[in-house]
This record gives sequence, structure tokens and C-alpha cells, in this order.
Amino acid sequence: MPSPRLLSLPLMLTLAAAACGGNKPATPSGQEQPKAAPIDPATVATIKGKVTLDGTPPANAAIKMNADPYCLTANKTPQTQETYMVGKSGELGNVFVYISDGLGDRTFDAPKDPVVIDQQNCRYHPHVMGLMVGQPLQILNSDSTLHNIHALPTKNAEFNTGQPIKGMKTDHVFTAAEQMVPFKCDVHGWMNAYAGVMSHPFFAITGDDGTFTIKGLPPGTYKLTAWHEKAGTQTADITLAAKDEKENNFTFKVPSS
Amino acid sequence: MLLHRYATFVAASTVLLIVAGGLVTSTGSGLSVPDWPTSYGWSMFTFPLKNMVGGIVYEHSHRLIASSVGVFTIALAVWLWRAEPRRWVRGLGFAALGAVVLQGVLGGVTVLFFLPTAVSTAHAGLAQIFFCLTVAIALVTSPGWRSAPANGWVDDPVLRRTATATTALVYAQILVGATMRHSDAGLAIPDFPLVFGGLVPPQWTPGIAIHYAHRIGALIVLAGISTTSGRVWSRHRNRTELRRPAGLLVALVLVQILLGGLIIWTRKDVAINTAHVITGALVLATSLVLTLRSYRTRFGDAVASTARAPRTLAPELDRSGARA
Repeated sequence: MPSPRLLSLPLMLTLAAAACGGNKPATPSGQEQPKAAPIDPATVATIKGKVTLDGTPPANAAIKMNADPYCLTANKTPQTQETYMVGKSGELGNVFVYISDGLGDRTFDAPKDPVVIDQQNCRYHPHVMGLMVGQPLQILNSDSTLHNIHALPTKNAEFNTGQPIKGMKTDHVFTAAEQMVPFKCDVHGWMNAYAGVMSHPFFAITGDDGTFTIKGLPPGTYKLTAWHEKAGTQTADITLAAKDEKENNFTFKVPSS
Repeated sequence: MLLHRYATFVAASTVLLIVAGGLVTSTGSGLSVPDWPTSYGWSMFTFPLKNMVGGIVYEHSHRLIASSVGVFTIALAVWLWRAEPRRWVRGLGFAALGAVVLQGVLGGVTVLFFLPTAVSTAHAGLAQIFFCLTVAIALVTSPGWRSAPANGWVDDPVLRRTATATTALVYAQILVGATMRHSDAGLAIPDFPLVFGGLVPPQWTPGIAIHYAHRIGALIVLAGISTTSGRVWSRHRNRTELRRPAGLLVALVLVQILLGGLIIWTRKDVAINTAHVITGALVLATSLVLTLRSYRTRFGDAVASTARAPRTLAPELDRSGARA
């Protein structure tokens, strides 16, 4: 887990505390705010859980790749959208789970290793991803066809990058936290993906079994949010003591439309 | 005659260009080629054909057709400048050239800035103006325009006013439609002919408002076309040059309203959506032709006062001896 980095300028601390809803309000005299305690690795806690879907979702839309002969031949099996990745007992995959409040004014170094989104067989891999502000997003084209990756954020700058040659890599860095940033390929209209851009490392994406684990949290009270591209967003309050390992499950209902 | 045929060819090419542009928007392919004026780094004209896949088919074809129309327009402007004796017709040629250049720049700007509604709408609106210019050039270089009928030109101030107003209304309606289209409000009202089961939306959002304005606009345009065509039918039924565009206008606007309904019922089928765009352009062009013909008697005086000898060979003009 990245080590905490404390802001050095009092003014920035004051502004950050005000913006993030820090525990203690700014004093009228403008005195320096108490900094959040550094995270003690010996006391960190863990949140685990499972996300399930209540109800029978509609079948994922079939994808017709006739628009590009390469895509057609690259996929030997019928392709569908990844809207609902649901297990036999309703386990819901591709849910982005993250701490949405409670970290105060802590700041975290972004990893230098990039998160990779691969355009392979005319699909995005992964479909849902998470990365930190300042962490490189490496966009890779593994296909022998052209792709454009078009990000449609609301807090970051929109970008649309063409990758006409197999093996091309392009790095992009987001400058603001944002959940979630949609991606699409305008060449292949069926390609879509989502990224959660975070200011901290406490997030996870559910796998096929619907489970998630968020480790390394300092003791405290948090809001835990789960996001699904169709089922929406749910939030839970959770308080962690030192070395806690708490479970918090989410159950989404199939939207009516 | 050759110049008229060429101008007609340019106008017909513009119809194809508008179809291609309509397909780009209808298929959501506007950003499938992310760079401009290059295409994925290639020059527009050296972009490999094997790479024409998915949305690129629509976007790159649109660029190629637009470039071709641009070249055709340069040739038309030069031809008019060298062979056309009427200054204002030569001016139309240069106006068309300026419009097509600006149109290309707007197309590039809208790609580079991720299709902002204002720029995309301006691109759609200027496309119609350019189309009108090519249609006007084709019309005023036609033998029918230059040869006065045996019973003279129609001089009907009421028809001139209603036809002018109708053309302006059609253009305004196209702008509203383009705004709706480029702000993704085409299905903001999901039912047709009713509006959320009634006549007025029960709630208002920008999308619903622009969509509703387009529907109300359709009724206003229908009233305008009915008035103009009714005037032609009641007063000038024996005038073929007016009766034909008036009848065509009524037919086109009815088809256009049906297409508008079909867009809702089919949830924006690509072919129907595009047909709606091009039919709108044809309604505008037909209304313009009717309007210009209603003003023909005025043009006769203007032409006579500005007539001059052609700068170069223009045998078809020389032989006819006509300068009007």
C-alpha cells in the first residue's frame, strides 16, 4: 500500500479539509488544521464482501461484428455485452467497490505501474477497471485493426486517441478523481468500458464470484460505495477498528427498464 | 447548357454528401476518425482502403465525398467566373466556394473538439446553405430560367411573401432539428404522434424542449407550405414552373412528417434517420426553387442592368443570345 504523503502548505491543508469534509472545520483564525494521522500498517483493517443481483436480468445484448471482418474472424464464439456478469447464485461481477468518504485529508502516492486496457479481439479488457489520479493508463491495441479509444469523463479532459497499428501503446494520466469514466470505440460501436479514477488506493472490482476485498484501511468510519453500470449505486456506512476484518455485502435489484 | 448541367451535377453531389453526413451522425461515427485533416495519421487520400471498417466507413467516406464536392465547387466557381455574364451569379459561385471551405473547417473543428453541439449544428446548418447555393446556381443557369415564357413571368407579391416565409421557416426548422439531433434529443419524447400520451410534455428538460419545438415547427412548416402551395394552386395552376415545385413540396413535407414518426417508432433506425435528413434538405431546396421562381420577374431587371459580355467562350450563352 502506498505510504501517506502529507501536504506541506497550511493553506492547501485547510482547503483540502474543507473540500473533503475533514473531521474538524477550519478555525476562524486560519490556524493550521491537525493532519490526519499516518497510517500504521500494524492497525490496518480489511473490508470483504459479496455483491449479488436479486432477480433475473435481461440477456446481455448480442454483438454483431459484421462491420469489421477482422473482428468477425478474431472471435470464434458468439459475443455478447458484459452488462450483467451474473453467477448461478446471483453473484454479480464487474462491480466497482470503493471508499467514497472517510479518509479525510490523507493523500496517497499514485503507483507508477500503469493500469492496462487492452483492445483485443475487438473487446476491451478489462471491462471495468480502477486506477488512481496520476497513475498511467496504458492503452494497448493488440488487434490487427484500427481502434480509437474515446473517453467521456466529466471532471477530466475528454480524449479520443486513434491506434491504427497492432501493438501501439498510448499512456494517459487522469488529473481528477471521477467515478466512473466511460470509454467507447467509435469504430466498433459495441466496445465499451468503465474506469473508476480514485484519489486513494481503496477500491476493488468484483470478480465472477461477486466478491471483493479492500485491504489496508486505517481504523475509522467510512462510506463504502458499490457501482454497477446498469444496476446503479449503493452505499453503506462501516466503522473499522484496528485490525478489523468486516464483511459488507451488497444486493442490487434488476432495474425495471 | 453545359454549365447548367455541371451545376446540377454539383447539386446532386451535394445531396450525396448530405446523405453521407447524415449517415455519420445516424451511426454515431463522427469520432471514429479522431484526427483531422489527417485520418489516423495518413493523408486523407492515401488512407488504406482495407482500413475502412466500422464507423470509419461512414466518417472517412464523408470526408472523401466532401473533398470531391469541394473540388467540384472550385471548378464551378472558376467556370462561372470565366463564362457567366451576370455578376450576381458569379457571386453565387464564390459564395458556394466560401461556404464549402468553411464547411470543411467546421467539420474538422467539430471532430477535434469532440462534436460540440453548437459546432455540429453549425456544420449541419451550413451544409443546407451550401446545398441551397448549388441548387440556386443550377436553377439560374438553366434554360428555363433564362427564357421568358410566352405569357411572361408571374408577378404575385403575395406568393413572393409566402414562399419566402416558407423557405425561412423550413430552414429554421432544419436548424432546430439539427440541434435536436446533435444534442441527442431525438428520442427525448418517446411517442408519436402524441407527446407522453398527451399534447404537451408533462415535464421539461432541454432535450424535451428542443424535441417538442421541432414537432411544433413541423406543424408551422406544414401550414406555411400549405399556404404557399395553396396560393399556387388557386392562382397559378396553369404555370408549370410553379405548380410542379408546389406539388412536390407538399408531397415531400408529408413524407418528411411520416419519416419523423418512423424515427420514433423504430427508435432511430439509421436508414430512416438519414432519409429524414435528406428529405429535409429536399424540402428546403424545393421551397427555394419555388421562391426564386416567384421572384423571377424581379431578377429579369437586375440581370439586364448588370449584364456584360462573357470573359471567355460561352457558346451556349452566345447562341441563345439571352442575358437574363
